[in-house]
Amino acid sequence: MQHVSPIREPLVTGGKTYHDITEDVCRQVEAKPNARWAAALAVALVGLAIFLWSVYRTLWFGIGEWGLNKTVGWAWDITNFVWWVGIGHAGTLISAILLLFRQKWRTSINRAAEAMTIFAVICAAMFPVLHMGRPWLAYWVLPLPNTFGSLWVNFNSPLLWDVFAISTYFSVSLVFWYIGLIPDFATIRDRATGPIARRAYAFLSFGWTGSAKAWSRYETVSLILAGLATPLVLSVHTIVSMDFATSVIPGWHTTIFPPYFVAGAIFSGFAMVLTLMIITRKVFKLEDYITLEHVESMNKVIILTGSIVGVAYITEFFIAWYSGVEYEQYAFINRATGPYWWAYWAMMTCNVITPQLFWFRSIRRSLTATFIISIFVNIGMWFERFVIIVTSLHRDYLPSSWAMFSPTIIDIGVYVGTIGLFFTLFLLFAKYFPVVNMAEVKAILKSSSEVKHHPHRTMHGTDKDSHTNTHHSND
Amino acid sequence: MTKKFVLGIYDDEDVLLQAIENVRAAGTNIYEVFSPYPVHGIDDVLGIKRSRLPIVAFFCGLFGTSFALWMQIWMLGFDWPMIIGGKPHIALPAFIPVTFELTVLCAAFGMVITFFIVTKLKPSFKVNVFDKRSTDDKFVMAIEVKEGKTDMTALNDLLRSNGAIEVNEKEVIK
Repeated sequence: MQHVSPIREPLVTGGKTYHDITEDVCRQVEAKPNARWAAALAVALVGLAIFLWSVYRTLWFGIGEWGLNKTVGWAWDITNFVWWVGIGHAGTLISAILLLFRQKWRTSINRAAEAMTIFAVICAAMFPVLHMGRPWLAYWVLPLPNTFGSLWVNFNSPLLWDVFAISTYFSVSLVFWYIGLIPDFATIRDRATGPIARRAYAFLSFGWTGSAKAWSRYETVSLILAGLATPLVLSVHTIVSMDFATSVIPGWHTTIFPPYFVAGAIFSGFAMVLTLMIITRKVFKLEDYITLEHVESMNKVIILTGSIVGVAYITEFFIAWYSGVEYEQYAFINRATGPYWWAYWAMMTCNVITPQLFWFRSIRRSLTATFIISIFVNIGMWFERFVIIVTSLHRDYLPSSWAMFSPTIIDIGVYVGTIGLFFTLFLLFAKYFPVVNMAEVKAILKSSSEVKHHPHRTMHGTDKDSHTNTHHSND
Repeated sequence: MTKKFVLGIYDDEDVLLQAIENVRAAGTNIYEVFSPYPVHGIDDVLGIKRSRLPIVAFFCGLFGTSFALWMQIWMLGFDWPMIIGGKPHIALPAFIPVTFELTVLCAAFGMVITFFIVTKLKPSFKVNVFDKRSTDDKFVMAIEVKEGKTDMTALNDLLRSNGAIEVNEKEVIK
């Protein structure tokens, strides 16, 4: 009585057993670091060094090290902040929204995607904190009493909402990720041979034993966390978009921003997940778990969100014309034909045109094409934020204050540096943590693999297939 | 004090579920079942009640909502009122984002902390696992042995006739 669907492809290929899953996922955790991993980590550490150097320059000499000026007061810093936060949307979306939608293909990618989310949010947080100029006073954004020397924080400000949204998102994502890791840490602990590994993973596994009662609660907690994280993930980029939308700058003051930003965030997040997973599956030989089916599913999300973003770009343009507001009209004409025309058209090409290639099934299922397009999307989404921020600010209402922005070496250093920070964290994660959620993949194995299981009887009390519309084999 | 357990080892979730039902029907008390992943339907056959953690989450969330609203209204409305952007002191629509975020934060953390406490999950270097394979690919049914009362041969037969691939004994320090 196994599900055999002529339509759906198996999510785990290669005739894996439960033990094979444990072996395949634990292999790189237990093995000695290999040369390729060490080389990648060395490159990432160079990036991290660049980050530390740039941060040192920024803190020691001040924000003047950046290319900002009084007209373009937000530039690469906020561009990078929004870019990273956007990337950080895929993980929780995959694990929370796809859990609520019962999309089983999430199980083999949710772990790495959530890790990516957490690391991306860490990178994102660097920018507003550094932009404060005096990051050691960063705690002033919290509601602290008047006697402390300042008034209460302004709860009417979207920048303050951002503080709450990003920190809540970060901590809830971290907890969600960690809860999922506990059973897998227990698996590694019970296989560990070295004393350090055994103790370290015992500590990390919180003494998990996998009792039925604990699993029952675990599932409840996961479901409720998913229910909480779903509106949370949507709220985060909504609030980020309000940083712009509640201002009066032409090109920012629009109601389309929240949905358009959320779609863009999912779009860029999935692109980054694909970029990382295509490499990870190859390096760690996880092709049987992260299959072409998974890649195709993610590509479908990319084409959906990419098209929403495309429609949003065109809508913005139309509304600018239809509003009859000269400043709005100029802002958009200036984006497309002004001095930053190349940024606008890079955004249009990478976000609107290239993802449309995913309408072809062969391209959706081609790893090379997917990898290249995912890079295009990453670039395009960076340009989107650059276009929104810099082109709107550099020519606003008062022509006498018009200015241009160009980044300094420190701007580039901080940005490249956060990429180094991100990959350092991701590589450490990939080596020491299980990159695929073993417990969840085991749970779907029976219904979604190629292996034929012949249990003695059907599941108890109820026919387990009675709620599905998949076809059954006649055995 | 040590306790003695008989462990029935299974390698299939459906066999396990049937076995649990039969073992319980035979009047044997199951101490605990360990599995590498959440087995669907196991709650019903073991008689595990629905978790009340969602209720905890709800009340923690409610606390978050009330706290956030109280904090913002008190700070900007009473403690130090200021006119910001010509809006009223208590500008409720502007307070919604922070209220929402604190609701989610409190609900999530309240529930997860409660989960750790009730499930007795805490960082520790020593772990008592009945059978290490239960976090890999085996399902382990643990039955407590009461000296002089438990008929070991009958128990062994019962487990084996219900599909156990191994039956082991284990003493655990409790």
